[in-house]
Amino acid sequence: MRRREFLKYSAVTALAAPFVRVAKADLPAIKVAVIGAKTGPLAPGAAVTHFPPYRLWAHEVNAGGGLKLKDGQHKVELIEYDDRTQPPEAIKAVERAATVDKVDWIGGLYATGFNLAAAPTFARLGYPQLTQACVTDQAPLIVKKYPGFFMFQASTTSYAKGAIGVLKKLKDGGQIGNKVAAVNVADDFGIELANKGRPLFKEAGFDIVYDKSYPLGAQDYTPVINAAKAANPDAFVAWSYPPDTFGLADAAKIQGLNVKAYYCAVGCAFQGFAQKNGAAAENILGAGGINDTPEIRAFYKRHKEVTNVDADYWGSPFYYAMLQVLAQSIEAVGSLDRMAIAAHFRNRKFKTLIGEVEMPGQILDKVYTVGQWQGGFFAAVAGQGFSDYAQVKLKTSWG
Amino acid sequence: MSTMAKTSAGGAGLRITAREARNLLAGALIVVAAGFVPLLFSGYVLQVAISIVMYTAFATSWLLFSGPTNYIALSTAAFFGIGMYVTAAGIDLAPYPVLILASGVAGALLAAVMGLATLRVSGVYFVIFSLGLAELVRQIMTWGQHVFGTMSGLYVTIDRSEPMYYWQLLLLAAVIFLVGWWIGRSRLGFALRIIGNDEVVAVHCGINTARAKVILFVISSTFASIVGALVAPRWGYVEPVVAFNPSLSFQVVIMALLGGTHRLWGPLLGVIPFTLLWELISIEFPDQTTLLLGVCFLLIVYVIPNGITGLVEDALSRRAGHGGPVGDTLSRGAHGVIGSVRTLLQGRKRHNA
Repeated sequence: MRRREFLKYSAVTALAAPFVRVAKADLPAIKVAVIGAKTGPLAPGAAVTHFPPYRLWAHEVNAGGGLKLKDGQHKVELIEYDDRTQPPEAIKAVERAATVDKVDWIGGLYATGFNLAAAPTFARLGYPQLTQACVTDQAPLIVKKYPGFFMFQASTTSYAKGAIGVLKKLKDGGQIGNKVAAVNVADDFGIELANKGRPLFKEAGFDIVYDKSYPLGAQDYTPVINAAKAANPDAFVAWSYPPDTFGLADAAKIQGLNVKAYYCAVGCAFQGFAQKNGAAAENILGAGGINDTPEIRAFYKRHKEVTNVDADYWGSPFYYAMLQVLAQSIEAVGSLDRMAIAAHFRNRKFKTLIGEVEMPGQILDKVYTVGQWQGGFFAAVAGQGFSDYAQVKLKTSWG
Repeated sequence: MSTMAKTSAGGAGLRITAREARNLLAGALIVVAAGFVPLLFSGYVLQVAISIVMYTAFATSWLLFSGPTNYIALSTAAFFGIGMYVTAAGIDLAPYPVLILASGVAGALLAAVMGLATLRVSGVYFVIFSLGLAELVRQIMTWGQHVFGTMSGLYVTIDRSEPMYYWQLLLLAAVIFLVGWWIGRSRLGFALRIIGNDEVVAVHCGINTARAKVILFVISSTFASIVGALVAPRWGYVEPVVAFNPSLSFQVVIMALLGGTHRLWGPLLGVIPFTLLWELISIEFPDQTTLLLGVCFLLIVYVIPNGITGLVEDALSRRAGHGGPVGDTLSRGAHGVIGSVRTLLQGRKRHNA
């Protein structure tokens, strides 16, 4: 009996299926290629910042029925590729996406070098390149060379400048003295920030009482913290990377580094930093930050629910905002004419998760450079182009 | 030993035998045919072809040293990175062809220094040191950046078309094959094969083993550096994390072992299926790539332990009826994927005994 019933229903469904399809008239999905590292040294970063915002975005667009083009609503289909943390593989993936899978859009790649390496390929294949994870001081030259290259992130000097600006304000307000201890990880970005920071500290009237680098992957940060502590600074600045950002905070907590301002660069914006350090994280400064609004808080909640990944307080909301810009442009153009979509990016204001943004000269006009952990939220305290910064607080204890 | 001595003595003369001429001609035809690929294909197929010629150049140059000596070198990434950095650092100072030569010279110098320091140790010790070399060079580059500059990476801004990269790499691969062929029939190649079979015997024969090993290591590493110089403009932006990626060294070894290490053309037979297999896995299962590659390695080791050349030669000799020509067997069982590792470890044991 049950079996027969099952057969009956199956038959009805099978017969009806083609008609249901026709009736609904599902338009072909918009295929979007997402290329990033799933293996190799950059894979952990991409797994937090690069892939999940696309997944969240596609999920939400499809839940709403898809993107509205002139001929109706089209759903979004993501195709993910692994670049193995090797630029030639990224180039190959771009070629594959364009010529074999014939996607409608190729998302910007993960990390600066990859975006620069693939720029000629994007241009040759006629795909605009809307990037978020791409920071370089050569940005003006690059966007001039490639009219389809857009950077949804402002220039890199602003991170050192922003951090030192925050400290200068505290010093000028009489809240902290002028002695600063600066350490940096002896690797790419750490060196770059340290070299840019030195003259900026002097210019801002700081006395650098301690200035040392430590190797990437060091295990024990007690000596670094102890030496900095011995110099008796008012502020501590670490141009650090994720493993050492965590290690330094641990050591500072144990040694009771007595500074009124504590800054650590990359990795501070991860939710894991606050989760690991608990109350000790309170009032720690770091690179990134975001404005505390109900929309942003809802974004973090949705991000976790849909992707099962904790979004960071740096790139993630910007990634999502970039995809909102893309969606709005596609709908405004009403078709998948890529060059028309790219033209729409220019000189136009977009309402996004992070507020109203535009990309004059193909580069995003605003950025949050410094955040501070305040009550479990990494609130932006400095930046460029925004106006809604949280008040900077002094570090009073290690919890 | 004795069969090998016979083969090598036969080929060690200066005159090219009819058989060798035939092989050379076949090789030249293959190179010319491969040269047409960019004219027939573009886009994705060309990209895969570029990967294949690049890894062929890597794996074959690796084989020049590691094949006969059984010293597993994991230093490909170090020399590749050196080539890239020399090119990137000099791009505004000198014309590109000069930089390609300079990269080769830099790689050769580093290989000579490293070779003189480490090729007296054998077996596992050499493997570990060669692996550490990439990290060492990377640290030196980072230190240089710390002292001299502020940028975390270097730009290589010259425009070259994709077919150009392909032809350059193909030409280099052809040169590596020629050099390998020449070494194979020279006294040096003979000496290296003896070292590979038993270093103690080689010393007793009066071979200056250290010198022979250093020379070959330098030749092999120079080519890896030149590959770096050739592809640097394609990468556009050279930074330590991608230039000294240690997984490159492992990939090259795995491809060469898959092909089989006792034939010059072995790596080629490993590179092509491996590149395609990897491509297939990463397209179909982008999130399980590492897992599936691991399973493939296990299957390769258990199912085709002698590498693809082993399979091919077995098939050929079976067709010939019985065992095949004596000179060609070259202690086949002890080579290939397991073979190389086993020989390496056995070599160690012998020295300890």
